[in-house]
Amino acid sequence: MRFILTTIVIAAYFLHQDFWLWRTARPLIFGFLPIGLFYHAVFCLLCSAIMILLVKFVWPVHLDEVASALQSEDEGR
Amino acid sequence: MIPALFVFTYLAVVLYVGIFAFRRSSRSESAEDYFLANRSLGTVVFLFSLFGTNMTAFTILGSSGHAFSNGIVTFGLMASASALIIPLTLFFIGTRLWALGKRFGFMTPVQFFRDRWECGHIGTLIFAVQAALLVPYIIIGVMGGGSTLSAISGGWVPYWLGGALVALVVMGYVFFGGMRGTAWVNTLQTILFLSFGAAALAVIGAGMGGFRRAAEDMLASAATAPLLTRERVSPWFFLSYTFIPLSTIAFPHINIFCLTARRMQQFKPTVILYPICLLAIWLPSVFLGVMANNATAVPSIAAKLEARKTLAAQDSVLNPEERARLRQGAAGDDVVVLLLNHYAPIWLAGLLGAGIMAAVMASDSQILALSTMFTEDVFAFYGGKERFGPAAQVHTGRIFVLGLTAVAYLVALRAPASIFELAVQYAFSGYSSLFPLLVAALFWKGSTKWGALASTLWTVFAVVAVAVFQYAIPAPQSGPPTTVCTLFGGAALSRTPGGTAVFGLMPVVPMVLISSLLMVVLSCLTRKPARQTLIRYFPQSKAPMSAAEHPRLT
Repeated sequence: MRFILTTIVIAAYFLHQDFWLWRTARPLIFGFLPIGLFYHAVFCLLCSAIMILLVKFVWPVHLDEVASALQSEDEGR
Repeated sequence: MIPALFVFTYLAVVLYVGIFAFRRSSRSESAEDYFLANRSLGTVVFLFSLFGTNMTAFTILGSSGHAFSNGIVTFGLMASASALIIPLTLFFIGTRLWALGKRFGFMTPVQFFRDRWECGHIGTLIFAVQAALLVPYIIIGVMGGGSTLSAISGGWVPYWLGGALVALVVMGYVFFGGMRGTAWVNTLQTILFLSFGAAALAVIGAGMGGFRRAAEDMLASAATAPLLTRERVSPWFFLSYTFIPLSTIAFPHINIFCLTARRMQQFKPTVILYPICLLAIWLPSVFLGVMANNATAVPSIAAKLEARKTLAAQDSVLNPEERARLRQGAAGDDVVVLLLNHYAPIWLAGLLGAGIMAAVMASDSQILALSTMFTEDVFAFYGGKERFGPAAQVHTGRIFVLGLTAVAYLVALRAPASIFELAVQYAFSGYSSLFPLLVAALFWKGSTKWGALASTLWTVFAVVAVAVFQYAIPAPQSGPPTTVCTLFGGAALSRTPGGTAVFGLMPVVPMVLISSLLMVVLSCLTRKPARQTLIRYFPQSKAPMSAAEHPRLT
């Protein structure tokens, strides 16, 4: 899973460099949004989706466990 | 005048929030309570406040101004690159900083570096560099407050009074409320930002007769059509700009803020929603900035377009004063305010003016971060806490807030803004160059204090070198960059209209790469920290360490 997610993150970085839309404004999405701007707006949504995957599959649980143990100790005092 | 009344109401509300936070704080007056809100921020406040902390005057005013002059490329450069990089750094670095803060009681990054690399004075040097890079930000915030309040009131409030009012309000809620007050105010500010975008788009779109016609008109004109593409910016420049968001997690006000979450779970919605918040704020700001090029019905914007046209046509024959005057006239930092004043009803313009004011007042978290760093990394480290007690530490922090804000205000009254605007540009590259310190300290057992020292000194050298270079070599008026040094037949070092290029890339790229290289080489050549220290940070087994293995420092 880590390999797949690493690949997705690296692919996202390359997708950000959309040189194939560099010199074109058309089509205008919804009649007014240049394609280059629309692409990067969608890219932001893609980033959010990638974060969902990272949170779901590689969340650093071990860090949380120690901190929770300390918190429980504090609350117990 | 009515919009200014909305802004005054907003200022009164945020001041009240700070005082309310003061009344909610624990009576013990502990440093952790004042500087970190007792590490107890909930999910909503943590998300909105972390986001608001990172949004400055540039987000609404500067981004639309940049888009007015450069087109849609602004969004890809500054928003969508951050939408990927910033959540990743929060995920991998922010969570680890939070966990270390919980385990060992760290309140600043320098405390962590000192313990991790067993260094004292090198930590003090890192503090000094971080502080030097942060101060211009605070001064720019006060300047922005003064000029925005003056613009919104139509000149009724002079610059000096506007700056004083903003400085007093920020100082008030940081002084009383500490991190809790700052976080609550930032939450309110973020909600205002988020409302601002949609409302401004709807009102201005309706006023301009719809954006479809405006977009088609712009595409039909040779002067404005390139603004709807990215042809004026090189793909290499675009690529190198992705190194800038690395600075975010290295900024002290951001990494200190990571320590305030009650639980690590609170990072989850933050990293997921951060790109969407960026989209909600930046897309309207950039789009409106681009569309302003077609708002010739607004007299002040028409004058800007005329100034730009004159510059393009007669640049080579203009004298320096005339050129500077035209450049100032063509600058677009106030286009959103001008669009609102023209198209929005007065009450909405006032409400949205308060939203802009919220963006301008983002210097609060930087003031608090600097105060935290001073009291923890200098006052407490050099014995002040032991000698005078923990209560004196909080008092020192508050006095520092008063002093710093007063100095920032006095400097803002006398110094030209352009100096600090440039310094803020350098600050982003400088903090990106300090990013390898965080990565090495958290993930590389073999890193040493000498590697950290080399990276820090390199950062200082590079920031000063870029500043001196840009001062010594005047920016070309237009056209190709001035090449100063060539290598293998290509331009190695050039002065561009907007700054400096190294092999066609922004200076931030070599700064980060060389900083990383120095960290690796010096660490490989020098003695590692004691085994006991390494075991605390890098447990041998994969099993989680018990709480007993992590004695707190405080």
